Amino acid sequence: MVVAAACALPGVFLVLRKMSMMSDAISHAILPGIVIGFFATGDLGSPILIAGAALTGVLTVALVEMISSTRLIKEDAAIGIVFPALFSIGVILIARYAGDVHLDVDAVLLGELAFAPFDRFIVAGHDIGPRSLYLMSGVLVVNVLFIVIFFKELKVATFDAGLAAALGLMPALLHYLLMALVSVTAVGAFDAVGSILVVALMVGPPSAAYLLTDRLSVMLALSAVIGAVSAVLGYWFAHLLDASIGGAMATMVGVAFFFTWLLAPEKGYVARQRRRRRQRWTFATKMLTVHLLSHEGLPEAAEECREDHLTDHLRWEPAFASQAVRVALAGGLVSRRGPLLELTDAGRKHASRAVVEI
Amino acid sequence: MNHAVEVRDLTVAYRERPVLWDIDLNVPEGVLMAIVGPNGAGKTTLIKAVLGLVKPAAGEILIYGRSFESQQRRVGYVPQRGSVDWDFPTNVLDVVTMGLYGRLGWFRRPGRNERASALQALEKVGMADFADRQISQLSGGQQQRVFLARALVQDADVYFMDEPFQGVDATTERAIIALLRELRSAGKTVVVVHHDLQTVPEYFDEVLLLNVRRLASGQVDEVFTEENLRKTYGGRVGFVGALAGTAGSAGTVGAAGRAGPKGPGGLSGLTTKGTGPG
Ligand SMILES: Nc1ncnc2c1ncn2[C@@H]1O[C@H](COP(=O)(O)OP(=O)(O)OP(=O)(O)O)[C@@H](O)[C@H]1O
Ligand SMILES: [Mg+2]
Repeated sequence: MVVAAACALPGVFLVLRKMSMMSDAISHAILPGIVIGFFATGDLGSPILIAGAALTGVLTVALVEMISSTRLIKEDAAIGIVFPALFSIGVILIARYAGDVHLDVDAVLLGELAFAPFDRFIVAGHDIGPRSLYLMSGVLVVNVLFIVIFFKELKVATFDAGLAAALGLMPALLHYLLMALVSVTAVGAFDAVGSILVVALMVGPPSAAYLLTDRLSVMLALSAVIGAVSAVLGYWFAHLLDASIGGAMATMVGVAFFFTWLLAPEKGYVARQRRRRRQRWTFATKMLTVHLLSHEGLPEAAEECREDHLTDHLRWEPAFASQAVRVALAGGLVSRRGPLLELTDAGRKHASRAVVEI
Repeated sequence: MNHAVEVRDLTVAYRERPVLWDIDLNVPEGVLMAIVGPNGAGKTTLIKAVLGLVKPAAGEILIYGRSFESQQRRVGYVPQRGSVDWDFPTNVLDVVTMGLYGRLGWFRRPGRNERASALQALEKVGMADFADRQISQLSGGQQQRVFLARALVQDADVYFMDEPFQGVDATTERAIIALLRELRSAGKTVVVVHHDLQTVPEYFDEVLLLNVRRLASGQVDEVFTEENLRKTYGGRVGFVGALAGTAGSAGTVGAAGRAGPKGPGGLSGLTTKGTGPG
C-alpha cells in the first residue's frame, strides 16, 4: 500500500509528461547503480545504494535525452537502446562478481525473469523484509514533501516548460530532481514488489485518475488512493487464490483502470456513449419541432404534420420517428390531435430557439 | 533613443547547422514590432534565444541595456499555441495565474490577490466567463486569448509573442490588436511573430525581415519593401511575384496591398505561409 501510493505520485507527472515508458526504463536501468552501490558498501539497505540508483536513473534520462536530441532516432527508440544497455551492465556485474548466477536465454528475453538473478542477489544472506517497509515509508514521505513544496513549480514546468524557464523557475533542474525521485522510488519499490509492478503502479493509477478529474491536485490524491486500494485488493486476492502478490496487485491496477475507463463520469466510455445518444435525441426533437413550426397554420399542415408523414419528409426510419415523437411528447414539446402533431407553447419556444442557434 | 531589446552578432546553431546567422537588431522602446519570414526562418529560435531558452553559439542580448537574467521580471512571453498540451488537467484561471509564478518566486502559493489579477486579465481579453472552464474545452482562438491574459498578468515591459494571430477569426484578431495597441500606449514594447504580410503595415511600427540572416529591420514604411520581401522569401516563392504586380510603383507593399486592384481576395495568397529553405 505504501509502495503503491509512493509510486503513484511521481507517476502522475510521468504520465502528464508523456514519459510513461521512462518508468520502465528507469526501473530496469538502475540495476547497475544498485550493484555498484552494493559492492561499495556490502549492505543492501544503505543510503549509498539509493544514491547510486538515483544517479543511474538520472543518467538514464540524460542519455535518452542526449540520444533523442540528435534527432537521429525518436525518444522511444532511444529509451529502447539505453535501458537494456545499462541493465545488462548490471547483469554482467552480478554474473561476474556476485558469484554463481546463471543467465539463460529465457532470462534475457523476458525482462521479468531477468530479475531472477537480482532477486537471488538480494536474498544472498540479507533479510530485508521489514526494512523495505521503513524504506518505502521514507520514500513516500519524501515524494509527498517534494510534490507539496514544489507543486506550483512542477505544474508550470510540466504544462509549459518554456514559460517556466522564462519565469526563472528552472524546469530542467526540477525535471532531473523528479527523475531522481522516480529512480529512488523504483529502487525501493522493486525490492518490495518487483519490477513489473513498479511500472504498473507508476502508470496505472495516474492514468485512471486522469480520467476522473480536471484538476492536478485531485489527480495526485486520487492516483495515490487508487494505487493503495488496488494494492490492498490485490493482496487479498492473492491471499485467496494463493497467487503471487505482485502479480495480483498489477492485475488489480489493470482492473481499476479498466473500470475507470468504462465508468468515469465525464470521460468514461459509458458516459460518452450516453451523451452521444442524448445528443442524438435532442437533435431529433429539435428537427421535429422546427419542422412543425415551419408548417404550422399553413394549408399543407394537414399533410405535413401527420405523424406517419415524418418518415417521408424527414427521411426517418419509422422506428426512429416514433421514438422521436415519444421523446417530444414526453418532453411536453408536442401534443397529438388525431393523426396530427401540434406544437405546444414550450415546443414553439424550443423550435424558435433552435432556429436562432443555427 | 532607448532600446528595449538589443541583439548583437547573435548566432544560434542546432548542432553544426546555424539557424540564425549574425543577427543584429535594435527594438526601440514603446513600439510594436513584427518578425516576418518563411517557415523555418528561425523566428521562434530568435525569441527563444532572447529568453534564454536556447543557448546562442555567439553574440550578446541586452534587455534595457542589461542581461536577460537581471531583467527577467520585465519580459513576458506568449509561446506558440501548439507548444503545450491542452489536455493538461487544469482550468483557464489556473493557466493565467501561472504568469504570476515568477513574481511569487519559489515556494510561495498563489492566493486571493493572484486570483484577482488573473481574473482582471481574463476580463481584458474577454474571457472572464471562461475562468473555470477546463482548458481542453477551448477553441483555438480562446486558447490564444488565455495565453495573452497570462502574458498580461506578468505585467512585463517587453513582450515576445509567437504567432498570436495563428488560427484566430477576424473578431479575435481585432481584439488582440486592440490589446497590443493598448500595451503600446502604456509604454510597453511588443515583438510579434507574424505571418500575414498584408496586415504588417496596418498593425506594426517596426518590422524585422528574417531568414536565417537579418534581411532588413527598421520602420515599416522604410524597410517593408517588395525588394526586401523578395530577398526574405526568395525567388522560389510565387506570391512575391504576384505582390510585385499589385504593388505597382507604390513605395511600400502594404499601401498597395490595401488599394490593390484585386482586393483582399486576390491578395489572400499573401496570408499563406511561404515555403522555407529546404
Ligand atoms: N530543437 C531543435 N533541434 C534541431 N533543429 C531545430 C530545433 N528547433 C528548430 N530547429 C530548426 O531550426 C530552424 C528554425 O526553426 P524555427 O522554429 O525557429 O523556425 P520558425 O521561423 O519559427 O518557423 P515557423 O514559421 O514554422 O514557426 C528550422 O529549420 C528547424 O528545423
Ligand atoms: Mg515558429
